[in-house]
Amino acid sequence: MSASLTFATAARVLRQLRHDPRTLALLLVVPCVLTGLLAWVLSGTPVFDRVGAALLGVFPFVVMFLVTSVATLRERQSGTLERLLTTPLGKGDLVGGYALAFGAVAVLQAVIAAGFAVGVAGLDVAGPLWLLVVVAVVDAVLGTTVGLLVSAFAATEFQAVQFMPAVVLPQFLLCGLLVPRGQMPSALSLLSDVLPLSYAVDAMHTVTTRSDATGPALRSVAVVLAFAAVAVVLGSVTLRRRTP
Amino acid sequence: MTATPTSTSTSAVTAGAPAVEVERLRVVRGGEVVLPGLTVVVPTGQVVGLLGPSGCGKSTLLRSVVGVQRIASGRVSVLGVPAGSPGLRRRVGYVTQAPSVYTDLTVEENLRYLARVLSAPSGDVGRVLDLVDLTDRAGALTARLSGGQLSRVSLAAALLGSPELLVLDEPTVGLDPVLRAELWGLFARLAAGGVTLLVSSHVMDEAGRCDRLLLMREGRLLADDTVPGLLARTGARDVEGAFLALVHEGAAS
Repeated sequence: MSASLTFATAARVLRQLRHDPRTLALLLVVPCVLTGLLAWVLSGTPVFDRVGAALLGVFPFVVMFLVTSVATLRERQSGTLERLLTTPLGKGDLVGGYALAFGAVAVLQAVIAAGFAVGVAGLDVAGPLWLLVVVAVVDAVLGTTVGLLVSAFAATEFQAVQFMPAVVLPQFLLCGLLVPRGQMPSALSLLSDVLPLSYAVDAMHTVTTRSDATGPALRSVAVVLAFAAVAVVLGSVTLRRRTP
Repeated sequence: MTATPTSTSTSAVTAGAPAVEVERLRVVRGGEVVLPGLTVVVPTGQVVGLLGPSGCGKSTLLRSVVGVQRIASGRVSVLGVPAGSPGLRRRVGYVTQAPSVYTDLTVEENLRYLARVLSAPSGDVGRVLDLVDLTDRAGALTARLSGGQLSRVSLAAALLGSPELLVLDEPTVGLDPVLRAELWGLFARLAAGGVTLLVSSHVMDEAGRCDRLLLMREGRLLADDTVPGLLARTGARDVEGAFLALVHEGAAS
């Protein structure tokens, strides 16, 4: 793996996005619209303060998961991946480059979405605001890396899109947003312990409810990052230079 | 254009190590035997045409040469080392059948990225753009180019870093005759400079531009010869006639 090639790949992915302003606008605006809609639907109830932040962690995960799995599938189908794999570019350079590029977009997305949630939608945050952004970015990076991994198993666009409900929705059901994880049947609670989104939502919950959130939230963030790192490694391993 | 493979090409066959050596290559794709056991040699510094109908295994052979094809058995050696070796990744240029370019980047952005990946010298992007005659389209978004221009961008990318072996899968599809002639001219100039080109095509009339021909059908090699040699052997008037004669010969024996 080479830092120069990873950065070159990240720059290339960002350049592609720059030529596609509509996708970029969707990436940045959709989380705000959804957050605003949720706040409006729940206005007059205390529920928004409970779930608003958690969703701020879920949206970037879902969006980045989708964007990345489609982007890499396109790379596979257009033949650009096959060509790249005949060049000195390492598999880690490719996967790392994608993670870096979408991670950068995630920073922008998280700042805008968190700013909107707090400033416009009136989300109450007990912990530090920067931590809210950090958690959102890490969730987005997780989405990117899991998307990269999963796209290796998708042969068509139909399959890639179906992986979203298959991979994301179970995690959404089990992450503690609908029912606190401690109150689930023990089998489900154990299952939720090994799913990354649970820690992402835990981190968000900590930031919004505790003024001394930094320590515990960063521990959850570390777990999410570990999942992301594992996904990058698996993503590189499942990428084969030789295909049938 | 008439065929030009004469004394120069035959001397190159005998001189030096071959660029590509394929020995009893067997490839199975999706349960189907695509190449049952192909043995073929590509001499250095020549334009070698790989001709045959669609689906005969041309792309599979080319994919094996660049090292992206999983093979069942056999040996593929490229520039003296096993195909797919890390050391080959700057020495072999590859153009896939579909133009492998990022359509949401400009022509120049596409080439700059690959130039960095290949650590090609600065100025290489301008050089290859000039070679494929696309300098005036450098700033255009690739998605807006015509099919022929797209495949030329793909070809330009393969020329970056001046590889010793160029593996081109149908690089002239969809090009107008003038451009096609220009590209075959470019291939000949590259070969004169010592580059080996393995070029596939399903258009038999492109055979005349090759120093040497490999005729393929159903995963097997029908012929490996120069154009005049092939015509003399089969008594046919053109390569298509020779192809038919060889198929009949094979069916009769």
